[in-house]
Amino acid sequence: MISLAGRDLLHSWGKFVFTGVGLGLLIGVTLSMAGIYRGMVDDAKVLLDNSGADLWVVQQDTLGPYAESSSLYDDTWRSILGMSGVARAANVTYLTTQIRQGEHDVRAMVVGVEPGRVGEPGQPGYLAAGRQITRGHYEAVADIASKFKLGDDVQIRRSHYTVVGLTRRMVSSSGDPMVFIPLKDAQEAQFLKDNDAIAQQRRRTAENPAFNRPGTPGLLNAVIASQSANPFVNAVLVQIEPGRAPEEVAEPIRRWKRLQVYTRAQMEGILVGKLIATSAKQIGMFLVILAVVSAAIVAFIIYTLTMGKIREIAVLKLIGTRNRTIAGMIMQQAVGLGVIGFVVGKIAATFWAPIFPKYVLLEPGDAARGFAAVVVICMLASVLAIRAALKVDPAEAIGG
Amino acid sequence: MADMHEKGIRIEGLRKRYGAGDTAVDALKGVDMQVAPGEVVGLVGPSGSGKTTLLKCLGAVIEPTAGQMILGEQVIYEDKWKITDLRALRRDKIGFVFQAPYLIPFLDVTDNVALLPMLAGRPNAEARKRALELLDALDVAHRAKAMPSQLSGGEQQRVAIARALVNHPPVILADEPTAPLDSERALAVIRILNRMAQQYHTAIIVVTHDEKIIPTFKRIYHIRDGKTHEEAGEGRTFE
Repeated sequence: MISLAGRDLLHSWGKFVFTGVGLGLLIGVTLSMAGIYRGMVDDAKVLLDNSGADLWVVQQDTLGPYAESSSLYDDTWRSILGMSGVARAANVTYLTTQIRQGEHDVRAMVVGVEPGRVGEPGQPGYLAAGRQITRGHYEAVADIASKFKLGDDVQIRRSHYTVVGLTRRMVSSSGDPMVFIPLKDAQEAQFLKDNDAIAQQRRRTAENPAFNRPGTPGLLNAVIASQSANPFVNAVLVQIEPGRAPEEVAEPIRRWKRLQVYTRAQMEGILVGKLIATSAKQIGMFLVILAVVSAAIVAFIIYTLTMGKIREIAVLKLIGTRNRTIAGMIMQQAVGLGVIGFVVGKIAATFWAPIFPKYVLLEPGDAARGFAAVVVICMLASVLAIRAALKVDPAEAIGG
Repeated sequence: MADMHEKGIRIEGLRKRYGAGDTAVDALKGVDMQVAPGEVVGLVGPSGSGKTTLLKCLGAVIEPTAGQMILGEQVIYEDKWKITDLRALRRDKIGFVFQAPYLIPFLDVTDNVALLPMLAGRPNAEARKRALELLDALDVAHRAKAMPSQLSGGEQQRVAIARALVNHPPVILADEPTAPLDSERALAVIRILNRMAQQYHTAIIVVTHDEKIIPTFKRIYHIRDGKTHEEAGEGRTFE
């Protein structure tokens, strides 16, 4: 038996291809939406991978340092380094801000790390160009997604930095490029007040008799100095000794240091399950709407195509064609349209994904699931047209 | 099949009522008709006389209300259908030629004709071989690979006749097959139907309004107000 659907498709290929291209662009948007979600998850995992940490030590009762703010004294790392199973520990600060470069500014995550400690957790793992930060102040290593170049002068808050190195795929959980600067500069940038605020704070402190006692002249200076300095970091990143279980190392830190410690799995759960959960739901909702719209479009197209063939269907039924052959023809055409649409959509998504400002990760598994969904949607969408075709009276072929 | 071809088709007292109660309409009021194998008879009558209803009953697409239909030796209707698979009956035992050819636009000429035996489960090669033989007999074999839209009206109607004949049905129902054709082509179609009826021992009933082909029938059934009466035709050949 010949394929009636295939012959009709070949005969009216222009109509099917043009319709398929339209549908394909919609499917391309759907695949891209899935890719945006995957990109967000991947960005979150890359953030954790690139930190080089096995444990994240943060302020108690917080989900820091990425999902909530966290504050630890910057000498905490020394005592953690002395704990059993800890191989390396390093301070780190995170600050998402606009970085100016000339007339432009870029949204980036500024990461404060100890200069000259390559290989420690939190440091940029590898460089695409230039060198690591070696000076204690005003040098930066930037992810290439920031579009900064070696030697560029960039401004973070009030200070200027020279880009000395470029790294790749170092992004925040929301896809913003990372810019690494020396830890002291980052601490200052995080808590930096404007000059007017500083002058006002000093005046208020000086006017407070508790801090400005005639008998203790050094007290006021000591208080002002403590107000101007920032002894806090957001987290201590820990690498554990080979062969040690993360939880086995984490538990004593929680108990004895009175700090919150997250393992890699827990941190991934926070990032994926909490930080990007709302975005994921948003995208999921959009995917459902796109699927419904696609189904409606396929149903409308197939219904219209079928209605245009009522007389032929009546003749087919009159000459003895089984209902299931006619239903099969319509369903195969719907699936054929879906396949054309999927191919167009996959190609379109592949081409336009790199143009997106944030990372779009098109996974083969999503494409396979998308293909299966397209086939199922097209089959369901053809039901309306099949019902109409099966209602056609073969007697319509006889008479005027 | 042989029996059916030997006896043709016979209907007796066929009635068809649409609706019920006060609004009931009797479209057929006891139609009698017999067409022998190899015979082409005309069925003529004014609009609303019941021609199309009779054709639909004969084509097993609507159920009569009463009467009897016998195809060959087999009673296919006697106050109710005696055959369960009417679809197979239409496919294997009845050929249809319509006012317009209604060829399937996405199949070429060969496959339009071969579709029926394919639907009946014949292998594609065998179905196409049979189709090509018929197309050859109807002088359209040279258009075997053409699509319906590439054929003239006369060629399309010959392909439609080939499709009606391809399963060698004992009866062919032709519903105004010459309506869209000019005189010359209309007469050519009737000649073809006569030739095919003789060649394949098929009983052919031609429903027509067409004054130019009515003189070609040897027997004519006139239908008026749901009843038929038979009269001899001129049987002219117009060679």
